[in-house]
Amino acid sequence: MEQKPLTIYENMQLRGYSRRDFLKFASWLAAFIGIEASGVGNIVRAMENKPRLPVVWFHFQECTCCSESFIRSSHPIVSDIILDKISLDYTETLQAAAGKQAEEALNETMKKYRGEYLMLVEGSIPTDDDGIYCCIGGRSALDIVKEAASGAKAIVAWGSCASNGCIQSSKPNPTGATPIHKIISGVPIINVPGCPPIGEVMAGTIVHLLAFDRIPQLDGLGRPKAFYSRRVHDTCYRRPNYDAGLFVESFDDENAKRGYCLYKMGCRGPVTYNSCGVIKWNNGVSYPIQSGHGCIGCSEANFWDNGPFYQHLASFPGFGIETTADTIGVVVGAATVAGIAAHAVSTNIKKRKMINQAINDTNSSTEKEEVKK
Amino acid sequence: MANRIVIDPITRIEGHLRIEVEVKDGKVVDAYSSGTMVRGFEIILKGRDPRDAWAFVERACGVCTTVHALASVRAVEDAVKIVVPPNAELIRNLMFCAQYMQDHVVHFYHLHALDWVDVVSALKANPNETSKIAQSISNYPKSSPAYFSDLQKRLTTFVNSGQLGIFANGYWGHKAYKLPPEVNLIGVAHYLEALEWQKEIVKIHTIFGGKNPHPNYLVGGVPCAINIDDANALNAERLAYVGTLLAEAKEFIEQVYIPDLLAVAPYYLDWGGIGGGLENYLAYGDLPTNGYADVAKFKFPRGAVIGRNLNEVQEVDGKDAEQIQEYISHSWYEYSDGDDKGKHPWVGETKFNYTGPKPPYDQLNVDQKYSWLKTPRWKGQAMEVGPLARVLVAYASGSTEVKDLVGFALGKLNVPAAALFSTLGRTAARGLETMLVSGWSKEFYDQLLANIKNGDTRTFNNSNWEPSSWPKDAKGVGLTEAPRGALAHWIVIKDEKIDNYQLVVPSTWNASPRDPKGQMSAYESSLIGTPVADPEKPLEILRTIHSFDPCLACAVHLYDEKGTYVHQVQTF
Repeated sequence: MEQKPLTIYENMQLRGYSRRDFLKFASWLAAFIGIEASGVGNIVRAMENKPRLPVVWFHFQECTCCSESFIRSSHPIVSDIILDKISLDYTETLQAAAGKQAEEALNETMKKYRGEYLMLVEGSIPTDDDGIYCCIGGRSALDIVKEAASGAKAIVAWGSCASNGCIQSSKPNPTGATPIHKIISGVPIINVPGCPPIGEVMAGTIVHLLAFDRIPQLDGLGRPKAFYSRRVHDTCYRRPNYDAGLFVESFDDENAKRGYCLYKMGCRGPVTYNSCGVIKWNNGVSYPIQSGHGCIGCSEANFWDNGPFYQHLASFPGFGIETTADTIGVVVGAATVAGIAAHAVSTNIKKRKMINQAINDTNSSTEKEEVKK
Repeated sequence: MANRIVIDPITRIEGHLRIEVEVKDGKVVDAYSSGTMVRGFEIILKGRDPRDAWAFVERACGVCTTVHALASVRAVEDAVKIVVPPNAELIRNLMFCAQYMQDHVVHFYHLHALDWVDVVSALKANPNETSKIAQSISNYPKSSPAYFSDLQKRLTTFVNSGQLGIFANGYWGHKAYKLPPEVNLIGVAHYLEALEWQKEIVKIHTIFGGKNPHPNYLVGGVPCAINIDDANALNAERLAYVGTLLAEAKEFIEQVYIPDLLAVAPYYLDWGGIGGGLENYLAYGDLPTNGYADVAKFKFPRGAVIGRNLNEVQEVDGKDAEQIQEYISHSWYEYSDGDDKGKHPWVGETKFNYTGPKPPYDQLNVDQKYSWLKTPRWKGQAMEVGPLARVLVAYASGSTEVKDLVGFALGKLNVPAAALFSTLGRTAARGLETMLVSGWSKEFYDQLLANIKNGDTRTFNNSNWEPSSWPKDAKGVGLTEAPRGALAHWIVIKDEKIDNYQLVVPSTWNASPRDPKGQMSAYESSLIGTPVADPEKPLEILRTIHSFDPCLACAVHLYDEKGTYVHQVQTF
């Protein structure tokens, strides 16, 4: 059946969507990805003319939470489009074929679309002892990943396993678990960390590649800026409580029931870059902090080894004042005696000054860094 | 001369599974199951804060997310004597139920259905006929001729594009596919509907645990606070959201999943006599209705059924050193006092010993060690765990709910009770227990609301939260039922840190290699006698293996790469 693959627009037409629906979708997509209205035309053109991108999805040392998160992607038409728009030619989780036939499907795509296919990797690669800690079809993961990467147009490293090694690379890393970017060079690699990453972030990364035919802007750690340029702390709806020095002291205490800041319960929001506070989880239903548990920092490298989860951070980059969180707690206690209203006003004013000062310092140092780049 | 067939990778599962079988005269005469990936959780956990363990072990599996976290918090609570408040138990139950409903539906449609449903055949279906059949089996609203006609067009376009994606190279047209094109089309339609629906039910995890996959748990309770008069805690809006999701789930299960199961099964009744395998079944039970300590009040009872004798249930005790033991005679590990002894998980000893072939390899040396999975046994016997085991243990325990439901299904399909012990029985049991769980979830929900109404909003017990309040030495076990079967974690705590942590998971029971006596575990045993019409396309093997819902990532143990057992890990 060697015929021209259908474009995204043709696919949508056949599924009964009108041109108007299509344009609406393109505009929505533009908004989702965060480009300006003038860019919508580019999306429309891209989707009218593009055949389905061949995609191969590998599973190595992982738990499949990334695949599960991916199928949770919620925006209605997007999940359909992703299914219809990419050609997912190899994925151990969902594909019908098994064993030999699965390997054949993989090999055919790697041969037929050499240099054109997108390679998605879920899981880290064990590099110790000839790779015996992860074998598929009798071959080591290391062997497979090197072969597949050599013909890939680009690689997306899904989740913390593929992008920074995650749990199996935490101390003492018994199998030599290694992220993709430390094994493969010469092919663009997009790191999409998180355990797992948010479904819509995964879908958004794919959509970006398809619609614009280019790698999204990445930060210094190879992560799409659109999703990883903000600290969870800075986008957290409980941030005003932090600023006001209002902290949960124990799970389910009176402060927890009022949704105060979870910093003292070990929240890693201040050192974690992710979209949890913005996009939230499972179509915006909630995110860890909103549901009462601190962020465990799952999108940051080495988060498993950064101290016990319930021990609060002594300090974190950019803000010196956090070392005083316990002191602030004391201030709050004293102020409560003096009267709740008075305490709120006084701590707020006092803290705001400190925070503003810290933010100014941080901004100026960040700017300097960017100039250097 | 027997013909060796190797299927690796087994797809539509979680993890890395390899099956090697010997086929003679069109039937499987020998079978070997091997887990080919290892990560090393247990070694990584040593020396860490026991209160953090749930987050680590939850990452054992992202498909059956939540279940390891639950087993872990229970193990720690058992060790340091914490009893969680009733609301925490109810919220854990609700998360458990949501996990079952999502996982079982995804298994049926996305991991198992393509073994029975021929996607390509659906192209030949008559949409009007399809609609008639759909409406005759269910009152699900999406069943008009236009709905099926649109879907068929979409499918035709997809196939004609030449890019078959996830459907490429399937065994389409295999003579073991028996469904008429119309039923195949219904199957494909609901494959897509289920994909949409599954992302809804997990929002229950997001509400209580902040995200899915991998929602947050907490030793001593649950992290979400209840405050019906605040925007930042569980209030009427959040709870109503849960109620709506539960109602929608019940609808989907009753209008789509169960009718499809009962519509497909009559075409495959011969599978009621294939794939039975072991005759012993083990369930730890779960869904407490009067606290975790009161096992007699669990919705899923605990116990063992031996030799398919449904008149007797034997008592199971996770703490009894003689009951549950792990063997390694065919696993890539070694024990200090010989590889033929079994070890209870509290004294579980592990030393890595890979003796398999150096990759790339064609065949494993199955006479020796051939898997990263250990081999668990209950009183020396191989046990099947999972939905069928749960249903049988409940049946044998005298649960009228279960007896009625099983009776209804057997009557509907007009098959004898013996058909339960089979590939078909396993797949049917999964559907039946999903129905039960969706009904129970409403009871837990109503109870939670009643508690709050009566003024009890506690979700966390602070009493032994601080490690300084713990004894110097403590050990505990946490038992639960993962969707795939009996799951338990054993913890040994010393000086406030994890000294030993062992997981014995469902797929270890089912997918493990042989024990020192040569007894097969469930996968291997169930494959014996399975017909294989075309050795090049071993569809029948996939049917039986998939009926267990394999999930391998958590089944493998892990150890130090140089073969030394690391006793103490400096983590901070």
